[in-house]
Order: sequence, then C-alpha cells, then structure tokens
Amino acid sequence: MSFQGKKSSARHAGDRLIIKGGKIVNDDQSFYADIYVEDGTIKQIGENLIVPSGVKTVDAYGQLVIPGGIDANTNLYSPQKGLNPADDFYQGTRAALSGGTTTIMDHVLVEPGTSLLTAFDQWKDAAEQRACCDFSLHVDITRWHEGLYEELETLVKDKGVNSFLFFMAYKDKYQSSDSQLYEAFSVLRDLGAIAQVHAENGDIIDEEQKKLLCLGITGPEGHVISHSEEVETEAVYRAITIAKQSNCPLYVTKVMSKSAADVIAKARKKGMVVYGEPITAGLATDGSHYWSKDWAIAAAFVTSPPLNPDPSTPQYLTSLLACGDLQVTSSAQASFSTAQKAVGKDNFTLIPEGTNGIEERMSVVWDRAVATGMMDENEFVAVTSTNAAKLFSMYPRKGRIAVGSDADIVIWNPKETRIISANTHNLNLEVNIFEGLEFRGVASVVISGGRVLLEDGKLNVTEGSGRFIPRKAFPDIVYKRIKARSKMAEAHGVPRGNYDGPVHDVISMTKSVPPTPTTRGPPCPKTLTGPRNLHQSGFTLAGAQIDDHIPRRSAQRIVAPPGGRSNITSLS
Amino acid sequence: MSGSKNSIPHLTSERLLIKGGRVVNDDQSFYADVYIEDGLIKQVGENLVVPGGVKVIEANGRMVIPGGIDVNTCLMKSYLGTQPVDDFFQGTKAALAGGTTMIIDHVAPQPGDSLLEAFERWQEAADKKACCDYSLHVDIPQWNENVKDELELLVQDKGINSFQVYMAYKDVYQMTDSELYEAFSFLKQLGAVVLVHAENGDLIAQEQRKILGMGITGPEGHPLSRPEELEAEAVFRAITLGNRVNCPVYITKVMSKSAADTITQARRKGSVVFGEPITASLATDGSHYWSKNWAKAAAYVTSPPLSPDQTTPDHLHTLLACGDLQVVGSSHCAYSTSQKAIGKDDFTLIPEGINGVEERMGFVWDKAVTMGKMDENQFVAVTSTNAAKIFNLYPRKGRIAVGSDADIVIWDPDSVKTITAKLQQSAAEYNIFEGLECRGGPVLVLSQGQVVYEEGKLHAQQGTGRFIPRKPFPDYAYQRVKFRNQVKRKQGVTRGIYDGPVYDVAPTPKYITPSPSAKTSPTSHQPPPIRNLHQSNFSLSGAQIDDNIPRRSGHRIVAPPGGRSNITSLG
Repeated sequence: MSFQGKKSSARHAGDRLIIKGGKIVNDDQSFYADIYVEDGTIKQIGENLIVPSGVKTVDAYGQLVIPGGIDANTNLYSPQKGLNPADDFYQGTRAALSGGTTTIMDHVLVEPGTSLLTAFDQWKDAAEQRACCDFSLHVDITRWHEGLYEELETLVKDKGVNSFLFFMAYKDKYQSSDSQLYEAFSVLRDLGAIAQVHAENGDIIDEEQKKLLCLGITGPEGHVISHSEEVETEAVYRAITIAKQSNCPLYVTKVMSKSAADVIAKARKKGMVVYGEPITAGLATDGSHYWSKDWAIAAAFVTSPPLNPDPSTPQYLTSLLACGDLQVTSSAQASFSTAQKAVGKDNFTLIPEGTNGIEERMSVVWDRAVATGMMDENEFVAVTSTNAAKLFSMYPRKGRIAVGSDADIVIWNPKETRIISANTHNLNLEVNIFEGLEFRGVASVVISGGRVLLEDGKLNVTEGSGRFIPRKAFPDIVYKRIKARSKMAEAHGVPRGNYDGPVHDVISMTKSVPPTPTTRGPPCPKTLTGPRNLHQSGFTLAGAQIDDHIPRRSAQRIVAPPGGRSNITSLS
Repeated sequence: MSGSKNSIPHLTSERLLIKGGRVVNDDQSFYADVYIEDGLIKQVGENLVVPGGVKVIEANGRMVIPGGIDVNTCLMKSYLGTQPVDDFFQGTKAALAGGTTMIIDHVAPQPGDSLLEAFERWQEAADKKACCDYSLHVDIPQWNENVKDELELLVQDKGINSFQVYMAYKDVYQMTDSELYEAFSFLKQLGAVVLVHAENGDLIAQEQRKILGMGITGPEGHPLSRPEELEAEAVFRAITLGNRVNCPVYITKVMSKSAADTITQARRKGSVVFGEPITASLATDGSHYWSKNWAKAAAYVTSPPLSPDQTTPDHLHTLLACGDLQVVGSSHCAYSTSQKAIGKDDFTLIPEGINGVEERMGFVWDKAVTMGKMDENQFVAVTSTNAAKIFNLYPRKGRIAVGSDADIVIWDPDSVKTITAKLQQSAAEYNIFEGLECRGGPVLVLSQGQVVYEEGKLHAQQGTGRFIPRKPFPDYAYQRVKFRNQVKRKQGVTRGIYDGPVYDVAPTPKYITPSPSAKTSPTSHQPPPIRNLHQSNFSLSGAQIDDNIPRRSGHRIVAPPGGRSNITSLG
C-alpha cells in the first residue's frame, strides 16, 4: 500500500490491516492472536479471523505485538530563554514514531502572566498542524493565583486537560511557594486533575549557583554541582507532604536520583497517591559526562534535575521501575542545538536545559530492564504505555490491545539491536547523549491510527496527522482512593462547654506585634533617656518588664477565686 | 573554711566531700569519693586526703552524676506582652528540684528588635533571678543584613554560640529557604550551632485557616493543623540545607516518630545533625488535646504539638537510647490558664508552652533506664554530657572530673513520686504530667558546690546563677564540618574556550507581564478586540516554526569547511 498519496486533510481512517502471527503483549498477559484493524481502531482479535478480502497483511511472526508507547513528558514547543527547541512537533513526533512511541504528552509552558487558555490553544494549533502522531497536553502553571480557577475549570471540563505541572525550582521565574502549591493542589483535587511537580528546591539552587559562579566555575559541571541530588530529594519529600495535606494525587516528573526515587517508594508504602517518572536519560546514562572536556558534549547533558553522577543510578531506577515503585517512563525530550546551548558558554545557568530521548525510550527500557531479566514483557508494556494511559485517562483507548482501542500498535523485535548515533537519529540535534550506546529491542513496524508508518526500516509520516486526545477528569486509578479519603478525612471538633474562667488581659496586643518588621526600634515602651545610646536603654527597659510580674501574679490568683473554682477550669 | 557567707551571690568557698558514692559519667561508672572546694571538683578517688572540718555527705553507694543540663527553656518569652508565670527564679528553682543544675534559655526578640539589646535584657534578668548557672541561645526572628553584625558581636564578645531559626510562624518569624541558606552559611562561618524550629509554616497557615473555617476553635485544632508530616518535612528540609551548606544542624523539640526517623536516617548518611526530644514528648502524648476540659487541653499546646500517636514516647526513648537522638530538653515555658485563655475562641491565639524542666531527668530515668532501654551512662549522656559537648560547655559542665564545676546530683533510682501541680516548684497551675508516677529522682543537688536541694527541701538563692559564656566552633559539632570543608572544595573543569557557533538570543521580555495580581487578564473568554492578541500569537508561532531555517544554517556550521574545531567535535 502506498502512503505517499495521502491527502493533506489530516486524519481519515481507511486502512484495513491484519497483523498475523505475533504474540500480543498487554500489561496483564501475553497470548498469540491475530489483529484486525479497520478505521483506525482494533476490530477483532483472535485466531482465524474472518476479514474482508484485499486487506493488507502485516507479518509479525516471532515478534511481539504491543500497544504503541506513550511518552508522558515532552517539550517540543516550549521556548527557553527565547530559544525554540531544535525539534518541534514534526521532528519530535517523527522521532517518537521511529522508536515505537505513538502518543506523546507535551507540556504547555504558560509564561507568568499569560492566559492558560491562550497558551493551550497555541500549543494545540501548532501540534495539530505539525504532529505526526496523536498527542495530548499537560499545562504548566508558572504563577499560581486564585484568578486561574476559571481557566483551570475550562481546561479540565471543556478542553480535555487533566494534568497540570508546577515548578518548585526556577526561583523568581516559575517557582511556586508551598502555600501556592497547597492552594493549587486543593483546586486540582476538586477538579479531578493530577498535580505534577518539577521537584527541586529552587531557593537552594539559586544560592548554590551564585556561590559557584563566584568561585569561577562557569562550565556545565556547575549545573550538576548546584543541582545536587539532595535538592531534588528534599523537594520530592516536600511535594509529597503538600499533596498528602491537600489530599491530591501527585506525579513527580523526571525522577533522576536514587534518593528521590526512594522517597517516592517510601511514600507509596505509607499509602500516598504518588507516581514517579524516570526518563530515558536517567535510565540509560549518568552525570559523569558533565565533566567532559568537550564543552558541547557536557552541555548536551544539561537538564533539570540533572543526570546523577552516581553511575549506579540507572540500574537502581530501572529496578524500582520493575518492581512498580516507579510507574511511567518518559523522555523529557527538549532539544537544543549546540549553538543554542552555547548561549551559556560562559555561564552554566544560561544553558538551555533539555536532553533527547524520545526516540530511544522504548529501546532503553527493553535493553536495560527486560533484556537483563529485571522486568517481564508485560511490565514493559505497563511502564512504557499502559500506566501512563491509565493515569492520564486515556485507557483503554490507548495503552492496550483490545477490541475498540485505537490501532496504535508496535511490532517489537526483541532480537534486533541498534547503535545510537546523531548521524542516524531522526532529530535535528547534532549531539545525541546516548551516542555509541547499543540497545537491544527495536520497533520493526509501527502502526499509528491504523496506518503503517514504519516498515522495513522506512519511516513514512504525514505532517499534521496527529489528533489531539482529550482526557477526562477523575481518572479512576488515581481518584478512587482520593475520593474515599476525602470522606474519611473530615475532622471533628470537641464539643465542650464554654470556657468561663479568667482570661488574661491582653492590653499590649498591638504593641508587641509590630506591624512593620522593618522598623528596627524596640517595640516596647520607649525610655526617655534621650542622649543615651540604644543599647543602654535596653537595660532600663528590661527592669521594667521584670516588675511586670506583679499584675500577672494577681491574675494568677484569680484562678482560685473566693466563690470557688468554676468547673470548667478545674484541674482534674 | 573561710566561710565568708554574706549576701554576695556566689558563695563558692564551701568544702565538701561526697563519700561512698558511685560516680557515673557518660563513659564509665566507678566508686569514688569526690572532694569539692571553691565550687570546683578538686579530687576524685578513693581515700582522699582532705582538710579537716570538711562537710561530709554520705552517698551510701548511690549514684553521683553530673548535674543535668536543660538546653531548652523559655523563661522570659513573652506572648502578646504577657510573661510566662515561671521566670528565671521560679524556673531555675524547679530545675534544681529535678536535678538540673544548668539551663540554656532562649532569648526571643520580636522581629525588628535588636538581638544585642534582647540578649542584654535576658542576661540582666537572669543574673538577678536565676538560682543555677545558665547560658543563652538567641533566636533570630528575621533575617537581614543588620542582623549579621549583631550575630558576630554575640559570638565573639558575648559568649553565644547557638542561634535558633524558625521554619514556622508564617509572616512573623518564618524564614524562606533562601534566607535559611544565607543564615546557615553565615552562622557556619562564625562557628555557631544552628537550632531549627522545624515545621512547615506555609502549610500550617493553610491548615489553620481550613480548620477555623470548619468551625473548630478548640485546642484540638492545634494538632489538627500541625500534623506530624509537616514537622517531618521541615526536618528533612533543614537537614538538606545543613548538608548543602555543610553546617551542623540541631533540631529543637523532636515531637513525632517520623521527625525522629528523618533525623536517624540523615545521621546514617553522615549528616551532622542533632535531635532534641523534650520531656513532654518523652512522657505523654497528644491525646489530651481532645480533653473535654478546655483548660487541660490548652495546657498541652506547644509547637510542634505532642503527637496523638501513643507509641511516640516509647519510640523516641528507643532512639535516645541508641544515640540517634542526643539531648533531652524541656522546652519549659509555663503560662497560666488565664493566659492560655486568650485563645479560648481561637486555638491559634493560645500561647504555646508546656512545663517539664522539673520532671525532665525523672522521666528519662523512669521510661528509659528502668525499662532497660538505656544504661546509667547513656542517661548521663542524654541529660547532661551531650548537651555540654554540643554547646561547648564540656568538660566544665557535664562531667564529674577534677577541675569541672561542682554541679553534682546524688540520684536515687528507686524513689517514686507522683507528679502533681500541688507539689511542684513551678508556678503554673496545671502540670501536663499530673498524676503520672515517676521512678528515680535526685536526693541531693549541688550547684557550684552548694547544697541547693536536699531531701525534698530547696535552699536555692535567687541570683546565684552565673552566665556561662560559650566559645564558637564546638569540636563535637564542628570537627567533621572542618574536614568536609577541605574535602568538598569544588573545582571546575579546565577546558579550552568554546569557539563554536552561538545562537543569537533575541530579547526575551515578550512574555513576562509585570503584575500577577491582575486577576482579569487571564480569564477565559475575551471579547473580539482583545481576541486580536491571541491571533497575533498564532501568527507568531508560525514565525517561530519558520525560524528553524536559520537554525539549520547554524547546524551546518558545526562541520564548517575549514574542518571541525576540536572543541565542539562530538565524541
């Protein structure tokens, strides 16, 4: 079948396909069956299917047939410091498809002060024009205030967005305070959305950056030194605490270190509704490259939170992924060319942040987790596709091979290997952070929306064929528990008689709480010893306060008044 | 005996021999006599040669331990202008009656006050009234440049080496993480110990609002608005800050299991962090906040609150016994019921504070030593020696050794008493330990070589307490920090200068609109004229997509005709 002749009218389903002889792998079981696809959806699954004649047959003998991957975190359109990513929706989704990912979830970055809806529309338009695979959108809120409520409600109820990201880093730019997070989380819970956080302590990072620049450290190694693992862990811990208090589900994007992952795992053991997302880069490589002598390579690894210099991190994250303590893999794809990264050549804080990984994600998980025996093929499907679909309300339309699901199907060849190189990858980037690494497991056929886009090593995509996938609020997997807890968590006061005992007179209420903390003068009554200096006057003042205990004593005596103690104040 | 016993406060000339006791230090116990002269321990050993006419105290095989050090009292911390009912006189009397011979009180200036003035006020009051030796922590109510000079003076001239910062009390004392980072860095340079009141003030403020909104105004609102997670979170954050700055951190008032566990785990990873449970968290729990008696419930109000989890005291004792927590304080700050009643209609206004200075040593003995969790040496460590080490009072305080101050307690492990407000030294009319039985207590207390408490009778004299100055850089806290400073010195990578292409950054301020308070702008549906703005955004995005053409040329430059420059080559 030829696809060249596709009209530019983006989406129309037409292809009829039968996938034969493969082993279907869902997150819960694997079985041998054929799949019949029509109008972009899966129509039949089984053996000896009765299908119309003239149907294209895709041969999957000896290979796995898995639901297309879902990349839950990409940044294909969000500018950083005025720079647009080198790979936009077209290049990005093309690369995604070539790696076996058929749905991406991109982050709408709303600059402080701009409208959420405007930004959302802008992203959606751009993606609809350019994306080659289905997409959905998260909205990143960079400045929380009560006035956003209406827009949030519209986004959740009318626009199909159920996940919002908040930043705990990027001080004075995107960072939200704990109070803001608490308020925002409370609103999101009421709307049935998922709170996502970029978890790093921006205050500490800011201080450390200043310190490092003062020390004369300006290269990319300064990035990882100033964004230490602890800073990430601390913020994850805090985010979980806030989510717990506001009873809101939490999704931690980009889990990059062992200790951050541990905090999530522990919180889950205590029953918290929290999810963790390691990314391609964190699973496949480590932060030692920040010390590379080649500036361009070191800079290519700059992302936040940074890759961890501890070389055992990837394996550790993979094992937590395998045991279910972490749930979703994404790429956090955000590509900036070397020339763009070089904006920060004299100051690491100016290097635009982002690494590639959209194309390599599925292979990395297969190679590091399945091929090493940590994870089985079903769990592989769960962490690359199904879990994300469930969390973000796309299940079972996405993330499962079942009758009625979208025909986003990948035929996975576990035996083939590929070597990553910037020369052969599908991105514009000139540095690939996985350069030279070899991964087992390759997507040999990719079907998106019922159309075969990758076959025999040939990628055949259509710009603008991707559809926006709206998502409903209150995803079951997340909100069932939250709802039950909301009912449980009602706090009750203690019914008591009115306290009728003596009450100490607070005359100086206003006096000792100075309204303006800027005045440095003593808040207590001023002494009259004019010419004496301030320090001296402190002495006389102290004397006055000590004498103050005489009225206090009389107040104390009231507690056992002549008429007998009142019952309520009696000391049992 | 040159008994010049006149009204001069410091009577240090008495000579005493404690005979037949078992001296218990934090490292070992041994039978020995202790000879005291001029307020100092002059000899420790058997068959001592002492001058004639010396007063002999028979210890009869009982334990002779260093007097307790209570590192956390607030005897002058005013609340809305009212002073605690236990001032330095009442408070130190109570301390002595419980076997504590030294307190470290918190100087609590209000935001805007001069720290020095506050310090001098406290010192003067304590000099006049305290019956036992004392030292002072200074609380930093807000962080700014002016504070720095005062801190330097306090450390270098006034003998203060510990300062408290607050992560709670939003809009009053609370510091942001940036301020904490700066404060930690500065205090570290001075060699001071940072005390942290660890609770997440932002979230507390939110919870308080919520709970008041639900109509809960009684003292039970206090623990409801300050769940233990908020304490644990702040402890975690404080430790992170301490690690980043490489500065010792001391967590005051560890009240919950999870906060204590956080400290434990951090210590396992090598953090220099110390934790201080207090009498109340070791002996009782937060179930009393739900008491039907308002006065009783209010008496327990302190921050962080007592944990309602009844297994908390036991857990904290276990950690204390194994060394994961180091110091026992009391956080003694007594307000009368009428003072507490300021918050009778709003729990957020109840003055915070509980008693415990008198009961501190007894409960550690009762709940840890008699239960077999802790031995007598560890008992001395957590009630006295560790505090002396952390705050640089050692070996003058916290040890029975030649040359140390004669602050000595003869401890009776078998005495049993029932705590009641009627028999206490404190002036508070409610004792939160009311009715609890406590094994172990002092028989005799010596402060500066003077018998100040003997068989239930106090002979304390107002104003005899001396201010004990403390030097910065206590070894116990700073030795590791100093080594880490050397090891952790950061170094950049020496590279050639990047000579590849650099993307031209267009001026950015396009997106940033100045006022976040403008609630109108971000709302959803705008009338057509404003809609234009949106439209222009769209065309803008088109332009951005086209932008990739110059980028492509940039891309090509990476392999320029003259050959790649080495520095940008890949791999």
